[in-house]
Amino acid sequence: MTRHQSIQLDESDTVVTVLEDTTAGNTVETNRGDVELVESVAFGHKVAIDDLAPGDEIRKYGEVIGVATERIVQGEWVHVHNCDSVRGKAEGRQ
Amino acid sequence: METFDGYRRPSGRIGVRNVVAVIPLSVAVSAIATQISKNRSERVCATPHQLAADAPEATLAQTKRVLEGTATNPNVAGVLVIELGTERIDADELADAVAATGRPVKTLSVRETGGTEAAVEAGLEAIDRLVEETDGARRESADVSELVLGVECGGSDATSGLASNPAVGNACDRLIEAGGTASFSETPEFIGAEHVLAERCADDEVRQKLLDYVERRESMAEMMGTDLRGAQPSPGNQEGGLTTIEEKSLGAISKGGTKPIRDIVPYGEALPVGGGLVLMDTPGYDIESVVGKVAGGAQVIVFTTGRGSTTGNPIAPVIKVCGNPQTWNRMASNMDVNASTVIEGDDLEAVGGRIFDTIVETADGRPTNAEVHGLREFAINEVQPNELGYFENAL
Repeated sequence: MTRHQSIQLDESDTVVTVLEDTTAGNTVETNRGDVELVESVAFGHKVAIDDLAPGDEIRKYGEVIGVATERIVQGEWVHVHNCDSVRGKAEGRQ
Repeated sequence: METFDGYRRPSGRIGVRNVVAVIPLSVAVSAIATQISKNRSERVCATPHQLAADAPEATLAQTKRVLEGTATNPNVAGVLVIELGTERIDADELADAVAATGRPVKTLSVRETGGTEAAVEAGLEAIDRLVEETDGARRESADVSELVLGVECGGSDATSGLASNPAVGNACDRLIEAGGTASFSETPEFIGAEHVLAERCADDEVRQKLLDYVERRESMAEMMGTDLRGAQPSPGNQEGGLTTIEEKSLGAISKGGTKPIRDIVPYGEALPVGGGLVLMDTPGYDIESVVGKVAGGAQVIVFTTGRGSTTGNPIAPVIKVCGNPQTWNRMASNMDVNASTVIEGDDLEAVGGRIFDTIVETADGRPTNAEVHGLREFAINEVQPNELGYFENAL
């Protein structure tokens, strides 16, 4: 098992950004301890370091960058398939 | 004290290039402007654009502001204005505004000259005279406090917010500490980070203006029946790891550094010299955004990229700062500063210092890779008919 390079930008963040292409089963370092990747995540993409429920805030840079649209488990890839913006939405559109 | 050698214009401003600009009033004469600028001195640059001869008042007003700002940017030594002759923008009015700054200026009407062939011939003659008249300009020493730096990002990915943007932000802080002006823009990329920017505004008036601009850009998207999602972050941004507009914005605003925000000005409006950090209200489309700041008087642009943007500008040198190590390896010939070393643990201060040095060297005359490759993209943000409501109550 390898620990991949990653960066957590703020103590309150619920995701870390991986700094290399990663492989499922390896780990990333976080302030919650080492987190095992449940899937392979590409360079520059984000990994959840908490278990998140639908509607939970997703934090990076110490700020809210969106909300979870489905259940996300620790070590899972976080992107457009499970995280949605809360801004810039046209009225009446989902 | 940091200095560079530039061209002192009669207005007192200092240019970092000695450009003769060929400025078409409309799309009808853009191709002629390009033809005239080719096969002449490298100093001759055209600003071809797509705007129609006739348009609603607000659209014309913005186009006029950008054309005049471009023609009187400190990097411009002389100007040839080209019209078809049916435009609702007056060539003589533009030429008078340029002449008032002490620059040599000529106008050319394609209709009056007798068509395309005759116009190109007359245009080449006019350009040769303008080149001759402005060839004698010599560089003289100027302080970096006289620089207005435009800051842009394009082809963003996750490394933009981690490496290139904060490193450029550090260079902005250095320039402002030395007495200069830095300006970043792209209002759609303030969305989701405006609370961070608002805290840094110099006073309540600037804060309110900033929040109003952000709200207008956000509601403009809604008014047009579109949704920022899907467009922001763009598909390319998303592939690079950016998920939401909030995430993109939080990474984007770090390119302006950490200094107080002194003001926010409309698209293409003059940026103050010695003004600290001043924002501009521009769209997110990077070519139009760069053109807005150059029309505002920026002599140098610093442009960060993760995925690998290559674009330049006809009037101002564009310095490319790359934060993605893979992109740097693939496209080093398009890049000027490697900020991807931050990802591998390099000190942000050190990279910021390298960027600042590159800004000063570029101002001093060293060509950027965009200039070496002849990349001179130009586009004016056109106020669309369905956006007119946005401009009804000017801020």
